[in-house]
Amino acid sequence: MPMTGVLRPGHIQLRVLDMDASLTHYVDRIGLLETDRDDQGRVYLKGWDEPDWFSVVLREADEPGMDFMAFKVDSTETLNKLEQGLRDFGCKVERLPAGELKHCGERVQFDSPTGHLFELYVDKDYKGNGLGDINPHPWPEGLKGMKVQRFDHCLLYGDDLDGFVELFTKVLGFQEAEKVMGGPDGQLKIGTFLTCGMKAHDVALIRHEEKNKLHHASFLLRTWEEVLHAADIMGRYKIPIDIGPTRHGITRGRTIYFFDPSGNRNETFCDSYDWYPDFNTIVWTEDELGGAIFYHDQQLNERFLTVVT
Amino acid sequence: MLSYLNTAFTISIGETGTSFTCRSGEMLLAAMTRLGKKGIPVGCRSGGCGVCKVHIQQGEYVTGKMSRAHVSVAEEKQGYALACRCQPQSDLIIQVIGQMRRITHDL
Repeated sequence: MPMTGVLRPGHIQLRVLDMDASLTHYVDRIGLLETDRDDQGRVYLKGWDEPDWFSVVLREADEPGMDFMAFKVDSTETLNKLEQGLRDFGCKVERLPAGELKHCGERVQFDSPTGHLFELYVDKDYKGNGLGDINPHPWPEGLKGMKVQRFDHCLLYGDDLDGFVELFTKVLGFQEAEKVMGGPDGQLKIGTFLTCGMKAHDVALIRHEEKNKLHHASFLLRTWEEVLHAADIMGRYKIPIDIGPTRHGITRGRTIYFFDPSGNRNETFCDSYDWYPDFNTIVWTEDELGGAIFYHDQQLNERFLTVVT
Repeated sequence: MLSYLNTAFTISIGETGTSFTCRSGEMLLAAMTRLGKKGIPVGCRSGGCGVCKVHIQQGEYVTGKMSRAHVSVAEEKQGYALACRCQPQSDLIIQVIGQMRRITHDL
């Protein structure tokens, strides 16, 4: 499948209350690699198997949450075209110069109907996965903790879900892989899972009264055994688990939700499915939401619906 | 007797009469959940979400970093804290302020 336009999630900037505690969490426990710091005190991290220089940026602040999430696009032509589309849609758009985030080219930052900030960019310095491109080994030595492969996706909470879906599908070319329908006549969309490539979701949103909330930032593992190993790390270091290990009905992921030292929810997961653009959108109904979200015990966890940053 | 029990404090939740023991150096929410006690809502347990907000009515304690979205500087001075970031230094009497507030689409 030729992949054009928006390629994949590129990075997320998270606010944390205490940088040292956060680095212990994200580097020593989750297993991201520190790749740089800047004069604002931000720390740049990546999963071992990600080619580009960074995918997670931590910024110390008074309140946790997400500053922005960015997507990599295939060319300057795409960037310019999408920027015009965003302006026509009514987004507030700003160009941020190359180097504002180290190792990253110019970024087009824009707001969304739910108040979340997103970015598009073309260029980021190549870092590689440490294995080289010629006769590489399958994995590097010396990885720490949960050994996550990459930053994978976000689930966000916000109010104007319909506007959010319109922006991502009509302007940015995402497709809706799965959705949750509710309301008195089943016509109110309460959850959407959007993809720009071949994953079941690159960004997802659940309808919620407040704007601009982060539900979780997710990191990819390869196997269920690795998910269970991640759970062992959480037990060993008393990292607060939200729920899991369990399976999602939605997207089929096998998962654990847990919290970083600032209360931002993280996920480590494995196993989903490959999405092709001719697939039908999967529909979940509100009356079966327990199993849609937590497939094993078929029950909603109150914390899942209430705790966001 | 185990040494940690030598420096343990009793935490009492005023309204309910529930009480539990908190070790020296332990966060009071962790002390509550460790033995399955209930009374304070349990959220992120990391100072971020605010659902475990309490008002300390009596006793000494220290706090770690808490989201300013949930405990302002003024509130902190008035004895408000997140239980997950509150380390008792004496027996405490507390009032529960936080709640699990579901503001997702009403299911």
